[in-house]
Amino acid sequence: MARIIVVTSGKGGVGKTTTSAAIAMGLAKKGHKTAVIDFDVGLRNLDLIMGCERRVVYDFVNVINGEASLNQALIRDKNCNLLYILPASQTRDKDALSQEGVGKILDELKKDFKYIVCDSPAGIEKGAHLAMYFADDAFIVTNPEVSSVRDSDRMLGILSSKSRRAEQNEEPIKEFLLLSRYSPDRVKLGEMLSVDDVQEILSLHLLGVIPESKSVLTASNSGIPVILDEKSDAGQAYADIVARYLGEDRPHRFIDEKKGLFGKLFGSK
Amino acid sequence: MSIDTQQNAYHSPVLEFKSSTFSVPVLVLASNDVIIIEQQLQEKIHLAPEFFKNSPLVFDLQDLNKNDLDIDITEFTQTIRALGLLPIGIRGGTAQQNQQALELGIPVHSGHSVSASSATQKQSTPPEPEPQVVAAISTLITHPVRSGQRIYALGDLVILAQVSAGAEILAEGNIHVYGSLRGRALAGVQGNTKARIFCSDLQAELISIAGNYKISEDLNGAVPNQPVQIYLQDHTLVIKDI
Repeated sequence: MARIIVVTSGKGGVGKTTTSAAIAMGLAKKGHKTAVIDFDVGLRNLDLIMGCERRVVYDFVNVINGEASLNQALIRDKNCNLLYILPASQTRDKDALSQEGVGKILDELKKDFKYIVCDSPAGIEKGAHLAMYFADDAFIVTNPEVSSVRDSDRMLGILSSKSRRAEQNEEPIKEFLLLSRYSPDRVKLGEMLSVDDVQEILSLHLLGVIPESKSVLTASNSGIPVILDEKSDAGQAYADIVARYLGEDRPHRFIDEKKGLFGKLFGSK
Repeated sequence: MSIDTQQNAYHSPVLEFKSSTFSVPVLVLASNDVIIIEQQLQEKIHLAPEFFKNSPLVFDLQDLNKNDLDIDITEFTQTIRALGLLPIGIRGGTAQQNQQALELGIPVHSGHSVSASSATQKQSTPPEPEPQVVAAISTLITHPVRSGQRIYALGDLVILAQVSAGAEILAEGNIHVYGSLRGRALAGVQGNTKARIFCSDLQAELISIAGNYKISEDLNGAVPNQPVQIYLQDHTLVIKDI
């Protein structure tokens, strides 16, 4: 049975698109046929992160309006042939999306794909609402700072009350926390919330911590999802997250700072 | 005389009608034997004399009339008045009983009507607001209440998870939060000053009982991670450890 994953946060700039690209690639690399959809109509970015911006012919809105078939609009990834991208329209706005239209496309994708990753726009308005409405699982991307945490909390409230599963009284959406741009050194200095602080406020299952890393920016600029950079800590963090999501038991990494001999001796945390 | 009333018309009003809801004990009768009723009532009063002293009372005859047991309203009223109770209403009586009650100055309440045979009784219902006993309904929430969510409970509200900052929980009765309370909690929102808030970790943005509130800044003295209760004493919120 296909599963629809929404990557959402409420707040902008926390790493939703980076995460969508990385986990979609990770799932496809594990052998699951995966589609990733850009719901950010009017602010199309996913194609850039995935490095397929020069191959966009038709987009999500064209398919909703019946101007193109789904197969015409889906772009096959050049690094992994099990991964397809459905880009957003850059010339339209979020009102071009309709609940029936989105539902129809997702139903069609479910016949053919194992995982469908929905990259939500920021905010809690129409685009974000439609991105999460049909979801089975939700990846909540949060930065370790108070406003991001509060926006995530708000989004969790919307997931549990305004989604299709909530409206039809089905089993609720499974929610997972992804803590991104985490810097153990800054946590130690008290400049950043710790994993425990965020967990205490959100009380949510932690799927993984993604460290603040230069490799993310490099990957974005070159159009290669960061998970393919196996040497980078962020790439490894995403690989762990995908493995954990698929049921593997992997210990959490990147939570504590790299300890020197002195730190190890005194066991500072 | 006419000048006086004209003048009065320009004065500020000396009266005003308001509607209120009260909790009043209802005495449900299952026997028409006034002597036995007196005996058992006396035993009850003996258990809590202060509570029953001059207490208002509504008596309910529905069960009696269901079983076709008639009771002498005049005799019964004398008995309960002698015990120090003040009957303020009759409920579920027959047309004849209602008429008797009205003659004794006891209003008729149409809480639930008796048999169809006494259809005339409704007409005798006085138009004054009727004291009602509100049934306690409690609402149970097992999932976290997230920022932006709002929950309203008609009775008590019991939450087994956390209440996030930016969430709002309201109850006409008490509020219990068995998790961190970081949002706004308002108990007794319909004016019940006896309502209380209980929580295991008080970090609220605002707490209020019957409209008397404290904001987060005023809660500095309160210790988080410690079970507390909040109640109203002389129009002031009191926060106490449990």
